[in-house]
Amino acid sequence: MSILEVEHICKTFEDTEVLKDISFSLEKGQVVSIIGSSGSGKTTLLRCLNFLERPDKGVIRVNGEVLFDAADVFTGQEAEIRKKRLHFGLVFQSFNLFPQYTALGNVMLAKELQAKERPDYKEKKKEIHEEIQAQAEALLDQMGLSDRKGNYPHQLSGGQCQRVAIARALALQPDILCFDEPTSALDPELTGEVLRVIKSLADQKTTMIIVTHEMAFARDVADQVIFMDDGYILEQGDPMQVFENPREERTRQFLMRFTQREKGGVSKRR
Amino acid sequence: MELIMEQFPIVVRALNVGFVQTLKLFFITLIGACPLGLVIAFGSMSRFGPLSFISKIFVWIIRGTPLMIQLLIIYYFPGLVLHKPIWGGGEGGRFLAASVSFIVNYACYFSEIYRGGIQGVPVGQEEAGLVLGMTRSQIFFKVTLLQMIKRVVPPMSNEIITLVKDTSLARIIALQEIIWAGQAFMKGSQGISGAIWPMFFTAVYYLICNGILTLLLGKLEKKLDYFQ
Ligand SMILES: Nc1ncnc2c1ncn2[C@@H]1O[C@H](COP(=O)(O)OP(=O)(O)O)[C@@H](O)[C@H]1O
Ligand SMILES: [Mg+2]
Repeated sequence: MSILEVEHICKTFEDTEVLKDISFSLEKGQVVSIIGSSGSGKTTLLRCLNFLERPDKGVIRVNGEVLFDAADVFTGQEAEIRKKRLHFGLVFQSFNLFPQYTALGNVMLAKELQAKERPDYKEKKKEIHEEIQAQAEALLDQMGLSDRKGNYPHQLSGGQCQRVAIARALALQPDILCFDEPTSALDPELTGEVLRVIKSLADQKTTMIIVTHEMAFARDVADQVIFMDDGYILEQGDPMQVFENPREERTRQFLMRFTQREKGGVSKRR
Repeated sequence: MELIMEQFPIVVRALNVGFVQTLKLFFITLIGACPLGLVIAFGSMSRFGPLSFISKIFVWIIRGTPLMIQLLIIYYFPGLVLHKPIWGGGEGGRFLAASVSFIVNYACYFSEIYRGGIQGVPVGQEEAGLVLGMTRSQIFFKVTLLQMIKRVVPPMSNEIITLVKDTSLARIIALQEIIWAGQAFMKGSQGISGAIWPMFFTAVYYLICNGILTLLLGKLEKKLDYFQ
């Protein structure tokens, strides 16, 4: 059974149709890269999965459980949504770290707030706190940030901030981790460290959806590539096929633009 | 000079009494305007069109007219035009009218500062909290509130310093604050008349008061310097 099934998602803002019938599925431990030009709806799709936008039509299923069904109003209720969100994690293009917390604090905050809802929180306060801290420290170690735990976001480089953001998302152990152009806000020399971390997560069989403009990376890390164009999934398949032998002319054109740009030495996008 | 030395204790005693009234007006304005400003800020940010419109017009009128005129209207209008002197006579009535005028006026200025502070926090902060499964109240108290406070403290400091000086406007409805107390010695009071120096000397009170406030507010600002 697929870990994620997305069926016929549509989303319209005022009068712009941004997503027009999106369907795909994802297996546990797999990585899907989503590519496509600016404005094709990639961010909106990730925001729908994370319940930051409400699709007008469609169904989202995780592990067979219907998380969202536009036809069923109950699945759209605020209190329900908060729990369902936890199936997904989202790493933003602009990090969105909490500036008043240290790297460690950022990773621990949500988990600590969750722990307060536990019935045994009062008795075991100390143990719970230590457990959460140990987990957060382990995650920051894994991100290569052992010596940055006590730093505030403004004291970190963009690449370090993004790695903290990844640790923060991982702390809640989401089933599926989404990335929205995780390196687009970074200076070119800092993209490598973030991509390496994501690659290592893929090697550990973390289920991920990665929107990116780093074509070489998309191809290298993914089990499946989705090419989005104007609100549709125009093409999907394994990376070799999509990158080497695209079926659609639009995909070919898009990839051409990118290879040219990369050859021209400007692979960075803002 | 000798004369001033002789007058000094009498004058200082009178000025102190006036200054207590000044401070009372100052604190009551802060206590009233801080929360009322928040209410107006929420009103003007409301998604309900008419409420937002009315709030914005109200703020525009209050900020667009002199506080002195507002004081005069609020104090005299009920009695002279409506023939319903709601403030009562005497110092108590004047203080009440002055408090209402100052609270309303400063609440409007504060509301604009709050609005800037609230809207200045990037939406990404709330979205990051939501994605991490935090409730809206957790996000407000644990994430956005402190960022708003940090944004609001410097402009609020300016307003608070201005408020100390603005209290002197209450002199226009004869509230017996420090300027009034100083002026009394020109007309004649407690055996001293034609003395202009007590008026000038009131400036020292404002300076000391604002000196202390500047120090305290600066400390607060520094405390919030640990993040950006
Ligand atoms: N909140 C919104 N309101 C109106 N239009 C939006 C909103 N969010 C996105 N859009 C529009 O939807 C289209 C797709 O945006 P987006 O999902 O960000 O694309 P991508 O991430 O692929 O660049 C764009 O044309 C954008 O202007
Ligand atoms: Mg985008």
